[in-house]
Amino acid sequence: MADRTTDGSTAVRGPAAAGRSGTGSGDAGTPALEVRGLTTSYGPVRALDGVSLTAGTGRITAVLGANGAGKTALLRTISGLVRCSDGQVLLHGEDITRGPVEGMVTRGMAHVPEGRGVIAELTVEENLRVGSLFRGRTPRSEFDRVYELFPRLTERRDQPAHVLSGGERQMLVIGRALLARPKLLLLDEPSLGLAPRIVAQIFGLLRQLVDAEGLSVLLVEQNARSALSVADVGVVLNLGRVVATDDARTLMADEDLRHAYLGF
Amino acid sequence: MQQFVNTTLSGLAQGMVFAAFALALVLIWRSTRIVNFAQGSMAAATTFIALALIQAGWNYWLAFVVALASGFLLGAVLERVIVRRVEGGPELNAVIVTLGLFVAIQAAVAIIFGSSFQSFPSPFGLRGFTVGGTTIALTPTLVYVIVAVVVTMLLLVALFRFTRVGLAMRAAAFGQEVARLLGVRVGRMLTLGWGLAAVVGSLAGILIAGGEFVYPAFMDSLIVFGFVAAVLGGLDSPVGAVVGGLVLGLALSYVSGYVPGGSALVNMAALVILVVVLLVRPGGLFASTAARRA
Repeated sequence: MADRTTDGSTAVRGPAAAGRSGTGSGDAGTPALEVRGLTTSYGPVRALDGVSLTAGTGRITAVLGANGAGKTALLRTISGLVRCSDGQVLLHGEDITRGPVEGMVTRGMAHVPEGRGVIAELTVEENLRVGSLFRGRTPRSEFDRVYELFPRLTERRDQPAHVLSGGERQMLVIGRALLARPKLLLLDEPSLGLAPRIVAQIFGLLRQLVDAEGLSVLLVEQNARSALSVADVGVVLNLGRVVATDDARTLMADEDLRHAYLGF
Repeated sequence: MQQFVNTTLSGLAQGMVFAAFALALVLIWRSTRIVNFAQGSMAAATTFIALALIQAGWNYWLAFVVALASGFLLGAVLERVIVRRVEGGPELNAVIVTLGLFVAIQAAVAIIFGSSFQSFPSPFGLRGFTVGGTTIALTPTLVYVIVAVVVTMLLLVALFRFTRVGLAMRAAAFGQEVARLLGVRVGRMLTLGWGLAAVVGSLAGILIAGGEFVYPAFMDSLIVFGFVAAVLGGLDSPVGAVVGGLVLGLALSYVSGYVPGGSALVNMAALVILVVVLLVRPGGLFASTAARRA
């Protein structure tokens, strides 16, 4: 049984030390992201109610829960698109709670929003360039690397992004986020509407990036089974509160929790 | 034949100015989803600035540059101070605000510069070139108008296609939230967009004023034509705006040249064209609605 808490504000355990094998960086020192008692309302509706969680450096942390659990609100509040009424967001130990949205990417955090956020009117290449705009001149090799990671984008390079399939769009937005050279990647429902094979491919690639380059990922997913299979740590949200935080495998093994909140 | 050539040429000249004006509307629509009804009086204001400088003995080109620069400033300040408050809100609010600006700026122009008719100089001759003994409607001023609009268009295309700022402006226009998340200062880009649009609008004002009489409301009819041209082109497409402007300019020129009593029908013809296009191709001739739905 995971360490379920009733109000989410207490007993949030850091990511279990028994992460995946082969993760060199571990999570010693400051975590990539720390969220403390975050509370956000959409009008009268409290979308987040004192959420606390930690995303370890060099790890994939999956935030799970049903529709309306507050997963998207969590990411939007972290990046500042939505202002919280209470709580704190620390990025590598630095308080970014009330910082401007435009400044997040310069601090090393890239947020890929729900619905993929491809800019349909721009070409694939231009979409990628937007990802590196804030950095000034970006070596061509970094673009080449994204095309290598996602060969299907190469063929579509000069086509407007609205012709892309769902999977290609997801590849494009992840590639674009990578060009921002983030230390922490926030992904909102990357599996939504994609074929299982594509989901597996994208998650596999994420794992690879995390293991090889020490990228940290906060992954929001409704597709809990796939997410837990790739994540190190899982956080379960329900109605804006954290109901469980534990090692991904432990959560996976917790049948009651799965039935109650994860729908599988 | 000669009449056809002349009608076509004057249509082209008008069309170029419509195109410039439509381009200004499109620039703003693309970035802020606002139809800027104040575009005409903003352009009138800067045209009067140019006129005042010329009357004070300034060189035409110097006055031209100052007018465009003040257009940029006017557009940028209006966006930042007034329009910013209604961006992203209900569409009607933006419409009311730009209509209010339209009236207010026009009144300010009348107060500052007077409401009488004043003649605006043209840097080039107004007499047609002579080809094989006959004088045609192609005047040096017409050549100037065409060159000025084409050069402006090319500069805008280059800005949007080949520069970082241009890419950031497009990203801000088409994917505001994503652009912010990727570090684009969207507010600044919108201010810049309004400034640029006002420059292009000012250009249209100065071009149409050349060799004519100006008064505070002299741009009013151009709002109608510019808007029709922009809608013809699909409101979202700069290329569409230019083509729409040329099509409209030619069509209106033919109506006034060939239809008996046609010069009285020009305004009506513009609106008929607008209605027909909206009925047949609601997205405009260069519809990109499919792209936007995606």
